[in-house]
Amino acid sequence: MAVVFEKPHALTDVDLHYCPGCTHGIIHRLVAEVIDEMGIEGDTIGVCPVGCSVMAYDYFNCDMIEAAHGRAPAVATGVKRSLPEKFVFTYQGDGDVAAIGTAETVHAASRGENIVIVFVNNTTYGMTGGQMAPTTLPKQVTQTTPFGRDTAVNGFPIRVVEMLATLSGTALAARVAVDTVPHVKEAKKMIRKAFENQKNKTGFSVVEVLSTCPTNWGLSPVDSLTRLQEEMIPYYPLGIYKDVNVRTVREVNA
Amino acid sequence: MEKMLMKGNEALAEAAIRAGCKCFFGYPITPQTEVAAYLSRQLPKNGGVFLQAESEVAAINMVYGAAAAGVRTMTSSSSPGISLKAEGISYLCGADLPCVIINVQRGGPGLGGIQPSQADYWQATKALGHGDSRVFVYAPNSVQEMVNLVVIAFDKADEYRVPAMILADGLLGQMMEPVSFPEISANKTEKPWATDGHGNNRPHNIANSLYLKPDVLENSIWERDSRYKQMEMTETMADYYCCDDAEIVVAAYGASSRICKSAVKAARDQGIKAGLFRPVTLFPFPKNELKTACRNAKKVLTVEMSTGQMVEDVKLALECKIPVEFYGRTGGIIPTPDEVLAEIKKLNENKGE
Ligand SMILES: Cc1ncc(C[n+]2csc(CCOP(=O)(O)OP(=O)(O)O)c2C)c(N)n1
Ligand code: SF4
Ligand SMILES: [Mg+2]
Repeated sequence: MAVVFEKPHALTDVDLHYCPGCTHGIIHRLVAEVIDEMGIEGDTIGVCPVGCSVMAYDYFNCDMIEAAHGRAPAVATGVKRSLPEKFVFTYQGDGDVAAIGTAETVHAASRGENIVIVFVNNTTYGMTGGQMAPTTLPKQVTQTTPFGRDTAVNGFPIRVVEMLATLSGTALAARVAVDTVPHVKEAKKMIRKAFENQKNKTGFSVVEVLSTCPTNWGLSPVDSLTRLQEEMIPYYPLGIYKDVNVRTVREVNA
Repeated sequence: MEKMLMKGNEALAEAAIRAGCKCFFGYPITPQTEVAAYLSRQLPKNGGVFLQAESEVAAINMVYGAAAAGVRTMTSSSSPGISLKAEGISYLCGADLPCVIINVQRGGPGLGGIQPSQADYWQATKALGHGDSRVFVYAPNSVQEMVNLVVIAFDKADEYRVPAMILADGLLGQMMEPVSFPEISANKTEKPWATDGHGNNRPHNIANSLYLKPDVLENSIWERDSRYKQMEMTETMADYYCCDDAEIVVAAYGASSRICKSAVKAARDQGIKAGLFRPVTLFPFPKNELKTACRNAKKVLTVEMSTGQMVEDVKLALECKIPVEFYGRTGGIIPTPDEVLAEIKKLNENKGE
């Protein structure tokens, strides 16, 4: 009988601990499918820092490193510089990428570090119970913004890929979502492109994935997808913000 | 063996290359600047990677990545920068990843000053990071030892899967002395645990310090602690000078031990039975060696460039059986041999008490 659907080899058999309806699982699967399709599991090292996905070291079948909160791009840099022929990706949350790890993220991009960052934006600190994140939307209620994010007090959400797209070291900066089948397909295409970039030594690639957190949003899985569509996408428009071959740019400038 | 005249910091950097260091990550800070400057020139020529990080936090996490990948890796900094590395060092300990960390100490707290100091002893030996974590701490007292101890630090870090620190100071870093580089047989510890890509021929490796189940975490901590205990049994190093019949034993490490040696010589010239005990490893602390050095001692004088930190370990090791006094200068002031001699004389006069 023909197999039409199976679990990617790059995912282990361990049960995921994510909450029902959480889209972390979909994003894991997309990364794993890309690793499978490119046949690079044996040559890939993943770095998962603190956040809901901290235990992803048990879920991916490639070699895995758990990193301190925010430090994954630095850890990935250490791995990639040691093993330039291997594939290195990080899988980070929004608090990780855009608050505690902003410096590590920006500088990995500015160096054109030849790594992939899969950046999961769920507009909250999922793991610690739903506090304000740097991506929390204006008026969004979280545990630490009980009356809604007041921009006069807490400032404004950071649009990460737009910011990283301004840096010369960034090869690919794109935002995708996993709320509909077409979006999921597009998300996979972008993650694939990011890994292909690494293969071609093109430079730093970041794919922001708009993701849900039904538990901390206090919404059903379906209502969470609606919120993603109606509130997140307008603030964080999907699309490719930068797509260049940094290596070529560098060579031209040299 | 051919000798050359080198600055402590540069000799240390050269020794790291010879010991097989493949990746260096650092952030500029005085007085360790020459380590990074030297490696930026020499490491790439030797097939290695030199990368200036955006902060000490990033540098130590790059070290974490390189160590996980299985290569010999190092970072260097000075006191304020070491405080920033604390998080990463704790993670390195928790994930059992070997590396070498250089601290060319300067005065603190806060921004402190840029003159030599030994005020990071407690930080290095007791609490370099959170949790039940320890690292090897080596304290060179000459340019030659900057070389020798870096080589040992790489080997022992790999052997025990415990990070190793060289606790130097601005004086040793800047000082020029003749030095020779011993033939180094790059010790090749196998690293089957490295996360360097499983190549489809082994189960996946994981570098991790997270254990949510307390019993599993406790077991992992006790297992690591048993390595610390083993280190205390077999990896201590110390140096003695005139201790056999010494009634006054001066205990000092690093740069201050050089000053104390001059003071002990001067005391001997005046007929005082003085000796010098110098711990070379600060963790593990050479307790038994200290007891041996003090077998005839009536008084012990600990001299440090701090307000008194190692003195507590000296007292503990001697179990309060011998009175232990302290003399220190701090904030970048280096004690003079005359000051130490005056302290020795004072103790000698009151040794019968
Ligand atoms: C140094 C440090 N500070 C704080 C924490 C606590 N902490 C754990 S996860 C987390 C937030 C993670 O949020 P995000 O990166 O958005 O990932 P998510 O859980 O939403 O997927 C925080 C603050 C920590 N583990 N380490
Ligand atoms: S807390 Fe939120 S992000 Fe974390 S697993 Fe649950 S739903 Fe997903
Ligand atoms: Mg989040």
